[in-house]
Amino acid sequence: MYLGKVVGNVVCTIKDDALVGIPSMLVERVYDGQVVVALDAVGSGPGEMVYVCRGKEASFAFKGREVPTEATIVAIVDDVQRVG
Amino acid sequence: MILGKVIGQIVATQKEPSHEGKKILLVQPLTIHEEPIGDPIVALDAVDAGVGDRVLAIQEGFSAMTAVGHTEAPIDAAVIGVVDRVELA
Repeated sequence: MYLGKVVGNVVCTIKDDALVGIPSMLVERVYDGQVVVALDAVGSGPGEMVYVCRGKEASFAFKGREVPTEATIVAIVDDVQRVG
Repeated sequence: MILGKVIGQIVATQKEPSHEGKKILLVQPLTIHEEPIGDPIVALDAVDAGVGDRVLAIQEGFSAMTAVGHTEAPIDAAVIGVVDRVELA
């Protein structure tokens, strides 16, 4: 998983049936600044810090559905407690 | 699997149910000479590691899920060992 910040969302009218009803968010990765599109499983919004599950495991956030995703927001981060 | 150092702990109230009750760690990957390499990853804790520990982390979904006691959960990384020492030949 990796940390990111929600910077927007993507609207698609024509999409895979399994994606209907699931928000697609734009997430800027904290460490390299790359922006990726991730499905949202936790109701995140713009400006929030989140972490994203990558790979085929990302689809397990939508139990009982076979959702095509390689990146899913699985938590909204309240705080990162760092050493030093 | 990679060597890493736990550099932080993440607090998240709103999260996927399979992540509840688990420690969520921020892990900086290290070289064998303990220099940081690459970007920090977020990993669930399976061995009660803490901030400052050198750890063994896995970045493969099935193994990570198994380590934290879940199957078919959105988990792609876990901390599965606390490193006492690395012996170089």
